[in-house]
Amino acid sequence: MTTAAKSYDSVSSEFSPWTDSNATPLIQFQNVTKRYGDFVAIDNLSLDIYEREFFALLGPSGCGKTTMMRLLAGFEGLTEGRILLGGKDISHIPPNQRPVNMMFQSYALFPHMNVEQNIGFGLKQEGKSKAEIKDRVEELIQLVQLQQFTKRKPEQLSGGQRQRVALARSLAKKPKLLLLDEPLGALDKKLREQTQFELMNLQEQLGMTFMIVTHDQEEAMTVASRIAVMSKGELVQVDTPAQIYEAPKSRYVADFIGNVNFIGATVDSIAINKDAQEIEATLSNNTLVNATTTEITEIKQGDSIWLSLRPEKIAVDKAEPEGDRNKLKGTVIDIGYVGNVSTYHVQIAEDVIVKAQRVNRNRLRNRQITWDDEVWLHWNEDAALALDK
Amino acid sequence: MGKKFSLGRLAFIGTPYFWLLIFFLFPFFIVFKISLSDLAVAQPPYVPNFDFSEGWNGLLLFFSQLDIENYTFLFEDSLYYKSYLSSLQIALLSTLLTLLIGFPIAYAMSKAPKRFQALLLMLIILPFWTSFLIRVYAWIGILKPEGFLNQALLWLGIIDKPLIILNTNIAVYIGIVYSYLPFMVLPLYASLERIDMSLIEAARDLGCSALKAFWVVTLPLAVPGIIAGCFLVFIPAIGEFVIPDVLGGSETLMIGKTLWTEFFNNRDWPVASAVAVILLLLLLIPILWFQKFQEKQMEAGT
Repeated sequence: MTTAAKSYDSVSSEFSPWTDSNATPLIQFQNVTKRYGDFVAIDNLSLDIYEREFFALLGPSGCGKTTMMRLLAGFEGLTEGRILLGGKDISHIPPNQRPVNMMFQSYALFPHMNVEQNIGFGLKQEGKSKAEIKDRVEELIQLVQLQQFTKRKPEQLSGGQRQRVALARSLAKKPKLLLLDEPLGALDKKLREQTQFELMNLQEQLGMTFMIVTHDQEEAMTVASRIAVMSKGELVQVDTPAQIYEAPKSRYVADFIGNVNFIGATVDSIAINKDAQEIEATLSNNTLVNATTTEITEIKQGDSIWLSLRPEKIAVDKAEPEGDRNKLKGTVIDIGYVGNVSTYHVQIAEDVIVKAQRVNRNRLRNRQITWDDEVWLHWNEDAALALDK
Repeated sequence: MGKKFSLGRLAFIGTPYFWLLIFFLFPFFIVFKISLSDLAVAQPPYVPNFDFSEGWNGLLLFFSQLDIENYTFLFEDSLYYKSYLSSLQIALLSTLLTLLIGFPIAYAMSKAPKRFQALLLMLIILPFWTSFLIRVYAWIGILKPEGFLNQALLWLGIIDKPLIILNTNIAVYIGIVYSYLPFMVLPLYASLERIDMSLIEAARDLGCSALKAFWVVTLPLAVPGIIAGCFLVFIPAIGEFVIPDVLGGSETLMIGKTLWTEFFNNRDWPVASAVAVILLLLLLIPILWFQKFQEKQMEAGT
């Protein structure tokens, strides 16, 4: 990414060290491979993570994201390659000597120690004086607002409180990198959403580098400065949340993040616009459509491509829209109503169903479109993304 | 209907108490009564006995004949307190030895691949399939001067004349440690196996070496298992009779053996009963402490 022209990220444009070729990464995975017997957990993977980033590893279970984290923490040794932290090779340094701390998915709070002792544990191991430990623990207890619970044992705390103790404990030694392994997985949805924002604020406030492992794509989208989508031990795409969502480079990424429709099309013509391609294509029912790519790809005239369309970018109307492009006629066969939005499943052809989303601006009573209605789906010229088939 | 239900409940709750009353408290009072009686050449070999034909006077006479003479005798003759002390020493030391041997076994079991753990557990329990007595007797064959152990050591050239182990206290320690090892390993394994691996990783992550993590996390969390195991070994070991009788020598002094001698060789039931009552009282102290500890554990909710 050299220009901001195709960047879909307008929110955090001021913080993007990964676009700066002079910036030195804090963490460098260099051709890292991790094998368990014949099973390849991490396959020749290279990745740079910069200071003050909130980096998310996202992927289905078994994709290697947890292994990446355990390699960083030092719980697993790598098979090939090396990992650098601040330019220093840490591949063979044991976990207790790495300036990296981890917040465990299970929180892993010591059941025989109270809140204070848990938080101060790491400092005690460092050989800090009693007074120093006390001050730092107090500071952290303030930070996570557990003032009333300092003498309680973990089993006397609620899930949310335990999560805070675990967070405070992992922050205590001011690690250069904090690893968060599914940190909010055990919380209920409301608390999880609230805690996501607290984590972000905390990370910004402390100016630390966080790395989070999660299978919850919404969580990754919310907290992260960059997301790495993983599959079978490889990085599929590393980008900002907005880029991942709006400009996925493969069908896998598009499908993994959010909802998406894939419609087959044949390329008629290609025009180059800056560092992307603008494509005109034809669907199997001879409808003309526009599509863009996110970079210069191998797609040529006459190729079969996937038209990737997010449901919220497709409008549903009873009246036929103007123009002769980027529209489809179909029948409503299902309506998924979740309150704020409704998802219409519209049958376009015998084996093609397109999902389109509509914000329920009107009360349900006044629903204009219902089952078996003939409707028109239409979208803007830049809504569709062309992906290699 | 409510009454029927509560009767059923009463029976259900009452059964264990009834059991304790019949099979523990009642026999205990008989033993206690005998301990207050006097030796007599009679059948049974003590006086007084209940004589219901004498009525109220007979009962008064009965109680007037009871005294604590036998207890004072226990303090006068050094044999008894020496037996108690020696039993205590043997039980404590063998409990410690069992812990030292049992802990690594239990730890290794808890760290073994999950699919082997059931098998290992069965191997620990396997000795119970043979009679306890036979297993103790088998040690004679191993430990005697011309036994397997000495033959092996002689053959290896480690010793040039047989070691005298059988009929010494060492043989008693070996016998107790061997016999009670499963009672130590099982509770230890149960508590070690429960420890979440991520706790150890968290300790490592926060700066502990592997050894330090063991000391500050694994060991404290294994304490309930250590205590349970120690009691399961210590309590039966202190009153052990068979092992010192079969493997021990003339200098092996254990209260179980003394008790046996009083009952069957001297036929002094009153003194033997007094010995048994004191032993029970001595054991009450650790048992009550153990109960306190368990209550604390329950309150802590673990």
